[in-house]
Amino acid sequence: MIEKKQVEHVAELAKLSFSDAELDHFTSQLDEIMKMVDQLDEVDTTGVEPTTHVGDLVNVFRKDEAKPGTPRKELMENVPEEQDGLIKVPAIIDEGEDE
Amino acid sequence: MNFETTIGLEVHVELKTNSKMFSPAPVTYGAEPNTSTNVIDWGFPGVLPTVNQGAYGLGIMVALAFHAHVAHDTHFDRKNYFYPDNPKAYQITQHEVPLARDGYIEIPTPDGGTKQIGIEELHVEEDAGKNTHTGQYSYVDLNRQGTPLIEIVSKADMTSPDEAYAYLENLRKIVQFTGASDVKMEEGSMRVDTNISIRPIGQKEFGQKVELKNLNSFNHVRLGLAYEEKRQARILMNGGTIRPETRRFDEATGETVLMRVKEGADDYRYFPEPDIPRVQIDQDWIDDIAAHIPEMPDKRRARYINELGLPEYDAGVLTDTKEMSDFFEETINDGADAKLASNWLMGGVNQYLNENKVDLPETKLTPAHLATMIQMIEDGTISSKIAKKVFKEIITNGTEPRQWVEDKGLIQLSDPDQLNPIITDVLDNNQQSIDDFKNGKDRAVGYLVGQIMRQTHGMANPKVVNQLLMAALKAR
Repeated sequence: MIEKKQVEHVAELAKLSFSDAELDHFTSQLDEIMKMVDQLDEVDTTGVEPTTHVGDLVNVFRKDEAKPGTPRKELMENVPEEQDGLIKVPAIIDEGEDE
Repeated sequence: MNFETTIGLEVHVELKTNSKMFSPAPVTYGAEPNTSTNVIDWGFPGVLPTVNQGAYGLGIMVALAFHAHVAHDTHFDRKNYFYPDNPKAYQITQHEVPLARDGYIEIPTPDGGTKQIGIEELHVEEDAGKNTHTGQYSYVDLNRQGTPLIEIVSKADMTSPDEAYAYLENLRKIVQFTGASDVKMEEGSMRVDTNISIRPIGQKEFGQKVELKNLNSFNHVRLGLAYEEKRQARILMNGGTIRPETRRFDEATGETVLMRVKEGADDYRYFPEPDIPRVQIDQDWIDDIAAHIPEMPDKRRARYINELGLPEYDAGVLTDTKEMSDFFEETINDGADAKLASNWLMGGVNQYLNENKVDLPETKLTPAHLATMIQMIEDGTISSKIAKKVFKEIITNGTEPRQWVEDKGLIQLSDPDQLNPIITDVLDNNQQSIDDFKNGKDRAVGYLVGQIMRQTHGMANPKVVNQLLMAALKAR
């Protein structure tokens, strides 16, 4: 069973906020989705290696050669606000990635 | 109650490549913001990341330098998080199958022995961008985003802040000698996170660990860990419990400050990276890298002692950095005596670097010039006093020393045909000193040498002067 609390938590991780009605809606939707995924448990996977990639390709490498970056002007076309070539965002407290 | 400390370190090292881990955007330091980045780094729809083979190779080299076992079948995973330093909203890393496992670093112990600190795993991943904060806004530069990193995760084998310090020193040295990274804390090409817990002596289970971040130097690591040891002990002594939290070191107060109570690992919702096919590393590739791995500092150190006959102390100082060690080797290849080259590097050169707060490559000194100067001292062309002048010239202006010495007329006077007339002249004018000498007053010789040096403006070779003077005195 998916609980509302879990949906709230995932929304928070994605920095999204929902109304109570929306949360209820997503909770029941996600529960349906999980039930569908649970059907996969019926397949006997004894002795089957976990799949990490669906293609048969291995070792698609690129040589360590640098090419100029995408022109900043073009990149900034999708940036809501910029200043001195930097992307301007609302103040963020340092709780970034753990790397 | 007495406690024992358990420390584990996570070290991120930027790999020195031309291009990013998964895109051909250039890797730069200090470039104009958002100019060394491209649509792949930004995760635009439809872009496809591809693995930088050079970066992967450097990762393998670092793993081998730490005696780790390289995995033959690896893949990348997505670590999901929303933060402006990474517009993709995920970091591509290796969560399930790291590049390599089970390595170690040896550190010296106070009793003169060594202790092995285990390395749990090494994996390659991409770096995030850089944020600067001012009041209401934050500003994001994505030049660093996507830079190849290798993360080196130690085992929880360290039992004191000093051991952590020694581990970091040796880790940096070894990576530096592979040439895989600049490993400069001050430029962010090496970053350290620590985990520390304490437990009553004799207790089997580890205590609750606390993560400590924002450590900008090895010294901060040592100070921060020492503070944590005391803070945790104080809490336990007062009957409290340690919370799982992330703290940062405040350099102004020397204390650690709470950043946040830790998120669970599940919150990153890792899954295999669908955009990148598996990476299989065959033994040939590993063997090829192993065959080309540069000589490590401990091997060089042993060679300096055993083959070049240098004292242990010299060998240690010279192999402290790759720059110094490479410079030393080139200097002796250019014909300088090993011990004299060592003396100059440990003495005059180091003094100059400390006084001017610069690194060796930032000076104008070349191994060839240093070697020439040392040879000129050895063959008596210049005195050691003049050598100091020559040294200053070659390290600050990069002037060719032989030509400079000739131009400046600093060549030491060693020719008896030139020196003898001067000696005769000085003796003729100092009968008193001759008498003193005959009466056994050795001090007179010093006076006479001084007179001769004065006549030659300090350019006479003191050794030759002494010999000629003694012969002349005895003849009178």
